[in-house]
Amino acid sequence: MKLTGAEIVWECLLREGVDLVFGYPGGAILPIYDALTKYPQIRHVLPRHEQGGTHMAEGYARATGKVGVMLATSGPGATNLVTGLANAMMDSSPLVAITGQVPLGAIGSDAFQETDVTGCTLPVTKHNYLVTRTEDIAYTIREAFHIARTGRPGPVLVDIPKDVQNKVIEFHYPEGELRLPGYNVPGKAHPKEIEAALDLIHSAKRPLILAGHGVLMSGAMDEIRSFAEITQTPVALTLLGKGGFPENHPLCVGMMGMHGTAAANQAIQQADLLLAFGMRFDDRVTGNLKTYSPDSKKIHVEIDPSEINKNVKVDVGIVGDLKMVLRQLLPKLQTGQHQEWIGQIRDWEEDTSERDILLRLAAHPDGKLWAAQVIAELFRCTEGKALTVSDVGQHQMLEAQYYPHTRPHSLLTSGGLGTMGFGMPAAIGAKLGRPDEEVWAIVGDGGFQMTLTELGTAMQEHVNINIAIINNSFLGMVRQWQEFFYEERYQSTPLKNPDFVKLAAAYDIPARRVSTKEEIEEAVQWARSIDGPTLIEFVVVQNDIVYPMVPAGADLHAMIRRPKPSESPDFENNPTAI
Amino acid sequence: MKHTLICLVENKPGVLNRVVSLFRRRNFNMDSLTVGRTHNPDISRITVVMEAEPGDGKKVVMMLYKLIDVIEVQDVTNIPTINRDLALVKVRTPDAYARNAVTDLCYERGARLVDIGPEVTIVELAGAEESVESFVEALHQFEIVEMVRTGRVSMGRGIRTMEQRDYKSTRFAAYAPSVNGGGSAGHDDE
Ligand SMILES: Cc1ncc(C[n+]2csc(CCOP(=O)(O)OP(=O)(O)O)c2C)c(N)n1
Repeated sequence: MKLTGAEIVWECLLREGVDLVFGYPGGAILPIYDALTKYPQIRHVLPRHEQGGTHMAEGYARATGKVGVMLATSGPGATNLVTGLANAMMDSSPLVAITGQVPLGAIGSDAFQETDVTGCTLPVTKHNYLVTRTEDIAYTIREAFHIARTGRPGPVLVDIPKDVQNKVIEFHYPEGELRLPGYNVPGKAHPKEIEAALDLIHSAKRPLILAGHGVLMSGAMDEIRSFAEITQTPVALTLLGKGGFPENHPLCVGMMGMHGTAAANQAIQQADLLLAFGMRFDDRVTGNLKTYSPDSKKIHVEIDPSEINKNVKVDVGIVGDLKMVLRQLLPKLQTGQHQEWIGQIRDWEEDTSERDILLRLAAHPDGKLWAAQVIAELFRCTEGKALTVSDVGQHQMLEAQYYPHTRPHSLLTSGGLGTMGFGMPAAIGAKLGRPDEEVWAIVGDGGFQMTLTELGTAMQEHVNINIAIINNSFLGMVRQWQEFFYEERYQSTPLKNPDFVKLAAAYDIPARRVSTKEEIEEAVQWARSIDGPTLIEFVVVQNDIVYPMVPAGADLHAMIRRPKPSESPDFENNPTAI
Repeated sequence: MKHTLICLVENKPGVLNRVVSLFRRRNFNMDSLTVGRTHNPDISRITVVMEAEPGDGKKVVMMLYKLIDVIEVQDVTNIPTINRDLALVKVRTPDAYARNAVTDLCYERGARLVDIGPEVTIVELAGAEESVESFVEALHQFEIVEMVRTGRVSMGRGIRTMEQRDYKSTRFAAYAPSVNGGGSAGHDDE
């Protein structure tokens, strides 16, 4: 079969099972776009900015477990991918980006729209390629998909010069083994490591599981649950680990880290055994490494060998696929009892509820709308069954605190890179990948405006997402840091916002504004009843604070907490005192 | 402390850039870097000498493994190796007296005169870095006009070679401090 390089690209995508791609055309990738006309079985979604496209592809990938695909042209098209690729790299999301490049002969001549794309994206991709022969396109794309989805997944970029896309060759799909002598996908643990881990597990008095994104990526939800139940080990979750273990389970102690639950952080500090499953001891979850969980032995099961002993020294490091390793451990586990330890954790949890803003507002309503109330109401009205996609900031942490997740892949958020602007486009991608899910994008007024152009995409493709803007007219999370650490100098954080309802109207997207708690339910049900995108602007209290907070680099147990009523001097006048 | 790492990499365009970029990104300082062919045309060999804290050697090894084109990495800092560095030094030899003195010094140190001109002489010494160093030191009695050194290349002693190391069983082995032996990548046996 004689095909152009551009047609070969689509042939290969079909063979990878791709039926939906995101992309933005331009001169250097036009042959590939032209060839798409011959492949109507592939749906193409046009974002309004390539960054938005990468977030859509990532939302799609994380919601479906498939590889997300993003196309872009050379030069500015390709450089616009960088943030999205970096985000996918940090959160280990499988993406394949295909970029057009200037013709081979023009490379290195500063030709129009030429950028060294493989150079630019080197540190933000798992791997990348510049394809210089049409004959190599098929093999390269096959290898790119393999690398993107196996091991620790990540983004892979394939840069294809225009003349390489245009050349016609006899096409044979390369079957057979990939030639990857330097690439090895970890699987099971060595029996000696299993023995060493079991010794620690069976002698622990105060064990704690730290469940990360790896649980979801290896599909180890059932295994981790069995492990926790057999050994009666409480489970703390990372932000990206949410959904890996049901948050309504009695053994779940919630999220750990900077804005995690006090109980989870205290448990980490007091544990005598940490079982780190598919997580990487990011600084946002450890705080000060010198005082981190000082009395515990540590077992780390992780697919990426470079993560083991990178931040925290561990006693048993197991490089492997979490699901396989847990399956090796499970039959050998002895049942455990840790009543005293679990009782201690319960006490900490009780102490927390005394400080909870919602309970306080219930007892002392102030007529204002608080972001936590919005999230909690959203949880109630959607019966906790929505797929939520949060952006970055206070609302993201409040989503994590007040929208407990019980199903895998039901929360998508930008964790490692903390990319404002991720939420709404990622929600579009998630909805396109999982049309049966009720998808809510929960975004701040700041972050929303970084990628609000994608309202156009939601409109054009009629994507049925609900957008909840938590509008505090501030870059709220930065404002919080300024309040705590910069003596309340709110430098460059207040926002003068557009009328979001009118803005939505310009895109023909139904929208409402809500500014009291009483209106929330009706508005949420209204949005749910509409087929197609909707937007609700929630006008919330401006000077809100997310508690608890571990200041960056501080000891994990040194959380700043909301004072208890008994500790607040001015409680009567100001019950929600921050 | 100084670490010496040897990497076997796929002989493809851009591989050196990936390796070097990793050192830059992680803020590790390279003392020297050599790249060359091996007897296998598909594989190149890189020797890096870097300055790092004792624990960082292992971290770099693991990060290098993450690069898809890196096939094998070994930190040879603490294993018996043969190390070689090669220097070419151009010294000013304006008269017969200087030329004779340089010739004598080379003879003494096992260095070679590789080019003798009317004004300058080029000498070459390959050897362990210390002997190269002291040779260069001795050449300072003349005027050094130009000098270049290749940086260290290393080879482990004995029959085991880099290519023979079964990376599947060894590449992660060092990562379970309390467990002796066993690595954990791709074990089919139970
Ligand atoms: C692209 C980008 N720029 C800057 C930041 C730093 N940053 C983190 S949170 C935040 C404020 C977010 O404000 P908003 O979107 O309104 O959400 P809120 O915190 O108010 O809920 C900023 C500026 C970031 N994370 N990402």
